[in-house]
Amino acid sequence: MIAIVDYGMGNLFSIYNAMNRVNGSPEIVREPEALGGAKGIVVPGVGAFGKCMERLSRFEGALSKALDEGTPILGICIGLQVLFDESEENPGARGMGWIPGKVVRLPEGVMIPQMGWNGLSIKRPVGILDGIAEGDMFYFVHSYHCVPKDRSVVAATTEHGVEITAAIHKDNLFATQFHPEKSGAKGLMILKNFVRSTQC
Amino acid sequence: MLARRIIPCLDCDLGVPGGRVVKGIEFKQIRYAGIPWELAGKYYEDGADEIVFLDITASHERRDTMVAVIKKTSESVFVPLAVGGGIKSVEQARDVFNAGADKITVNTSALKRPELISEISERYGNQAVVVAIDAKRRYNPENGREVVQTPEGPCWFECSFYGGREFTGVDAIAWAKRAERLGAGEILLTSMDRDGTYDGFDIPLTDAVSKRVRIPVIASGGCASPDHMLEVFQKTNASAALAASIFHFGEWQIGDIKRYLADRGVNVRL
Repeated sequence: MIAIVDYGMGNLFSIYNAMNRVNGSPEIVREPEALGGAKGIVVPGVGAFGKCMERLSRFEGALSKALDEGTPILGICIGLQVLFDESEENPGARGMGWIPGKVVRLPEGVMIPQMGWNGLSIKRPVGILDGIAEGDMFYFVHSYHCVPKDRSVVAATTEHGVEITAAIHKDNLFATQFHPEKSGAKGLMILKNFVRSTQC
Repeated sequence: MLARRIIPCLDCDLGVPGGRVVKGIEFKQIRYAGIPWELAGKYYEDGADEIVFLDITASHERRDTMVAVIKKTSESVFVPLAVGGGIKSVEQARDVFNAGADKITVNTSALKRPELISEISERYGNQAVVVAIDAKRRYNPENGREVVQTPEGPCWFECSFYGGREFTGVDAIAWAKRAERLGAGEILLTSMDRDGTYDGFDIPLTDAVSKRVRIPVIASGGCASPDHMLEVFQKTNASAALAASIFHFGEWQIGDIKRYLADRGVNVRL
């Protein structure tokens, strides 16, 4: 079973359907205790950083425990951003801090939000990107982007005014700024790779 | 760099069980194109970057049918889905989002009550609100209008509502800018002069609006060939091109059109 964390930030229908399509046996989970039995965990996210953290905080302990036990975790969009220390979107709001660094606003002069399909530049050949080629396009919707202190966690980037962290990988933690559940066949491939990582 | 998007539009008649996709010229010569979720699935497989569903019947009783159509579609279509037609409140928008829609489009209801744009964008984010504008050329440039030079002479653009049946007196370019300030994430810009003519997009209109707002503009109305898409992408900042008949009844598949554009230097997702 792959748990999709429902912390009340919007509709999880798309990620649920996409996980179903790649035989991920998804289950929408509304209580932290239910994460214990999961083989993999998806942290989706729409909305603002501060609000997300506020609602996600009651899952923090259970998520940390799963991370320590080696359960594969996939963050999507804001689900990537909340892994960092803080965000310019809501100064003062604390992130989970699993990845040292911060989330900053996209530069002036480019379209904000970045909304649409953009190509990946692959920095490291990680399992979650198996079958994905340089330049393959994914669907992005965001106004802020992640700047990790340690660049070695970055698995792929894209370009929107500046170089943007598109995917990170650190041990059993994966996260994407783009939406694999809205990125056609290539997006499904990433979800399939994640499901495979939960079966090892 | 962001790719230019190709978006098929499904005009849905929800007056029959399960709904059906139709296309007509100014509500005449209606042709039947298929079942909404089946056509959406076909266009997804063909490479559509996003799919727009417009409820052209737009009555309260039929919203349940649209919700069912979106639920069914989102089981097997994994690109963004936008839904419009008759959405007047955050509650109605919520039903559509909960069915799996990523964006809603508003037109008449936003012209009548502009705060609707802010209400939905505050709850669901700017990216979730598309303001659809149906613009008609008016060749009587008046003071206070945003005048655009066209090969046919200077004109301003008037917004229409109720599916093109009534006019508002509202300047379309000024309205686009106001919609952006109110929290719209995107403008779906349809030329009423070109819609159904197969003469190509209204380039001066698309150029003017896409230069005056920072949010993405989807060009619509008049597309009948890949050359029309090439023209709108080469001559304007449009982020996307929307069309219906060319996909429903034409000889071109979405994938063929994208390869045609890519061969001519347009950045598209192949």
